[in-house]
Amino acid sequence: MTDYQALGLKAGIEIHQQLNSGEKLFCACPTVLRKFEERSGEFSRYLRATVSEMGEIDRAAKEEMMVLRKFCYYAYDTCCLVEYDEEPPAPLNREALEICLTIAKMVGMTPVEQVHTMRKLVIDGSNTSGFQRTALVAMNGTLPNGGSIDTLCLEEEAAQRVEGDTFSLDRLGIPLVEITTSPCMRTPEEVFTVAEYLGMVLRSTGRVKRGLGTIRQDVNISIREGARVEIKGVQELDLIAEVVRREVERQQNLLRIREELRGRGAQVDPAPVDVTPVFAGTSSSILKKAKKILAVRLPGFAGLVGMEIQPGRRLGSEISDYAKKCGVGGIFHTDELPAYGVTVEEVAKLRETVGAAEADCVVLVAATAERAKCAVEQVIYRSKMALEGVPEETRRMLEGGSTAYMRPLPGAARMYPETDVLPVRIGDDEWEAIAVPELLTARAERFVKEYKMDPAIARQVAYSEYLPLFQEALDRGIPPNLVHRTIFATVKEIGKETGKDTSCLLDPGAMIPVLEAAREGKIAKEAIPDVFRLELEGVPVGEAIARSAPTLSTGDVEAIVRKIVNERKEFVKSKGMASLGPLMGVVMEELRGTVDGKLIAGVLKKEIQAVLKEE
Amino acid sequence: VTGAFSSGDRVRCTFAEKILEGTYITERDGMAVVKMDSGYNIGVPFTACTLVEHLPVIPVKGAAVVQDPSLPPLSIVSTGGTIASRIDYRTGAVTSQFDADDILRAIPGLEKIANFRTRVLYTILSENMTPQIWQELARAVYEEIRQGAQGVIVTHGTDTMAYSAAALSFMLDTPVPVIFVGSQRSADRPSSDNVMNALCSASAAVSPLGEVAVAMHETSSDDCCAIHRGTRVRKMHSSRRDAFRSLAIPPIGRVEYPSLDVTLSQDAVCRRETEPALQDALEDRCGLLYFYPGMPAGVLDAFSGMRGLVIAGTGLGHTSTVLIPGIRELIDGGTTVVMTTQCLFGRVCDRVYDTGRDRLRAGVIEGEDMLPETALVKMMWVLGNEQDAEKAGAMMAQDLRGELSRRSV
Repeated sequence: MTDYQALGLKAGIEIHQQLNSGEKLFCACPTVLRKFEERSGEFSRYLRATVSEMGEIDRAAKEEMMVLRKFCYYAYDTCCLVEYDEEPPAPLNREALEICLTIAKMVGMTPVEQVHTMRKLVIDGSNTSGFQRTALVAMNGTLPNGGSIDTLCLEEEAAQRVEGDTFSLDRLGIPLVEITTSPCMRTPEEVFTVAEYLGMVLRSTGRVKRGLGTIRQDVNISIREGARVEIKGVQELDLIAEVVRREVERQQNLLRIREELRGRGAQVDPAPVDVTPVFAGTSSSILKKAKKILAVRLPGFAGLVGMEIQPGRRLGSEISDYAKKCGVGGIFHTDELPAYGVTVEEVAKLRETVGAAEADCVVLVAATAERAKCAVEQVIYRSKMALEGVPEETRRMLEGGSTAYMRPLPGAARMYPETDVLPVRIGDDEWEAIAVPELLTARAERFVKEYKMDPAIARQVAYSEYLPLFQEALDRGIPPNLVHRTIFATVKEIGKETGKDTSCLLDPGAMIPVLEAAREGKIAKEAIPDVFRLELEGVPVGEAIARSAPTLSTGDVEAIVRKIVNERKEFVKSKGMASLGPLMGVVMEELRGTVDGKLIAGVLKKEIQAVLKEE
Repeated sequence: VTGAFSSGDRVRCTFAEKILEGTYITERDGMAVVKMDSGYNIGVPFTACTLVEHLPVIPVKGAAVVQDPSLPPLSIVSTGGTIASRIDYRTGAVTSQFDADDILRAIPGLEKIANFRTRVLYTILSENMTPQIWQELARAVYEEIRQGAQGVIVTHGTDTMAYSAAALSFMLDTPVPVIFVGSQRSADRPSSDNVMNALCSASAAVSPLGEVAVAMHETSSDDCCAIHRGTRVRKMHSSRRDAFRSLAIPPIGRVEYPSLDVTLSQDAVCRRETEPALQDALEDRCGLLYFYPGMPAGVLDAFSGMRGLVIAGTGLGHTSTVLIPGIRELIDGGTTVVMTTQCLFGRVCDRVYDTGRDRLRAGVIEGEDMLPETALVKMMWVLGNEQDAEKAGAMMAQDLRGELSRRSV
């Protein structure tokens, strides 16, 4: 067991949650996602870093600028010129602001009196403007673990990457709340607990988007002697603790590598060597294609570049990520060579050319002359940092919970005012008027108390996106168990059986009348699947209910039940009242779900008793 | 307490029962705008803030840019606009420092195209332009060409760029390209069109072109700029990058981006070895009237005593019958009246309907297929240089600078 307290683990999280407002944050477009093939057009742009109001260029932006990249954007008929960066933004969406204030109030925060929209420089292509608009709305909230929430910001969602440098604009501009905690968590499990709690708070509003990709967690992690690292885009909550564990492992290993390098007196040779001729006849396809191959000698690094620092990641992967910023595919290093078509002889010749000793590692970059020169500088830069320990970085999560380098941690220089959006005043009246919704945890407890629901079921319902539907059914006096079974089991079963999209059945208009009909005895509970099947075929709900209503009168039912019981008199006599169960099955089969089970059970009981009385 | 701090001061404020430190930026609607160390600005009451330390504002000066004297000499004449400006967020003002280094730093890549000298004529928004400034601009460009510029770039706000380009087209007979350029999306955003437009304008300015033109984005993409004739261009959108369009004729050229390859159409006027000529008189007692249904005849009184009036009429060049006596009065009083069309596309023809024939009888000159704004600028120039009303009227109906064509194609 790792003793995280002893390692000095400090972790904080940033939660980004899409808000379910009717319109986008700075335009009147709907907040809907589209399929890529529905795009109505494409256009392409270049982005360039601009200086901040303080006259500086953000270092993260500078790194993105190493290669001028052409970005392609998909446009849709649900987007407008604001998303295309062809029109100034509309005023800040008040509905989104109100949702933010609601969340702020739920966690005891204080609203900012005058909210200023800022531009946060992001030139990786995910924003057509080259910045993300964001506004600090509230500060200083509290967490159940005694920690604090530093800030709550209202931001616009970025465009979604299609692939490479191509982005889809449907998502751009959807309002997003960003909640940033202080670095108040000390174990990976605590990070999970806080993230789960905040997710619950957000969903308690009933006004946030649901589904994959609508909530993302960033985690800030450092250990003693390590450095603050921000890991972006943890989408699955279940992975968040693992991400923390792996980052701690990575930082520990980078510190171990540093100690080893220092012990060895390792250095970084600042003069790259052109080794293009060494690979003149190579069978490595990457090296063969390259116009220029440059090598960096790392005295004393042998074996450490190839050392695993977290599952699937080596120091070499870190160096490679930095080199990739120059548009190269990656690096080769002698800890992993010969391989990839590079022969033993070529490695020997390479070592000889750069004058590398046994204890040295040699790193190669292969590309056009310009890119190779840029990449080799990056290799030298990152290798030198290995002698310092852990660099401060923004990283992205890989599958499984390991991470890759994205860019340096951004500084304050990347923020400057959005001059096209006027500040918004949050008055006392407005703040007072914000109603605080019941927490989902409290709602689940209430379900248990008021409706005698099973605690696990109560929680499932409270946390589900169908809570409003569930609550509406309860308010109409429908028994909770019936509602639960219908929403969480019947609909799923029908989906499986028909292979059709059943989301329309979960609309209150399609669901509530069916449940009411069952409650009023107009249809048998067992006939609910039949109604749904008809609804899926396009039959209006009223007609579907009418068609599924029983055609048998109570008298008919009694006659059928009497006939069945009389045919099995021997069985009834030998089993007594215990014959009820087996006979119930026979009767249900006969009536095929057209009659309510309770009614049948009553009639059956009476008939069995009658037979037993004959004795 | 407003005015208690200066921009850049370190201040401490009490907020949410916490003490925050930040940088005082400015006053906004009675609140102190403070920049937190995270980079966010918030507005807090002045009463919640105290001074920590007064920090003098240190002007940021970038490194000098090395120019290549072997490249063709170009001049940049600046009138304002956002193409290479920087906004001072502390005051909200657009910075006026604007030397060659500022431009070359703002537009990396320019130094590879030409060897620049720059001249700041004005730093104004283009809606504040006047015919007097057009004249000063024409003189400045003329001098730059006389002093050896092989091309001139005029940076200009986009709102009235087309008017200025038309004005220079008439006042200046240029043997080298005079390229107007601006940006639709401000230079303080990474997505600004300023860099591409500026690079394309420089490439057009060293090309074989020899007339006054506008170079701006041709599409919403950063893929090419169109080169428009100064007398045929119009801003056709309030915000899009590709707002500028050539009307009635196709663009006279195109600059691909990022290759910066220039293609000129056969109709483009080519660079010549001749000396430039300047004829800079303008008659500013001219007006432009946009007719609408129900316009009261009395509106015309405002133009009495003016030397010229361009009417943007409906359709083929119409106004209501009610206005005709007033128009006749104006003409009788010595005002030259030219009819153009609000349709922007197509030719004026006042011989088809009765009201049109009435206007012709009253002495209205048909503006052919001229843009209303171009017709106005042309009228100022014609009346400024030709005192004979009949000759001036004839000139209005003639093609002088490619502003009018006799064939509609």
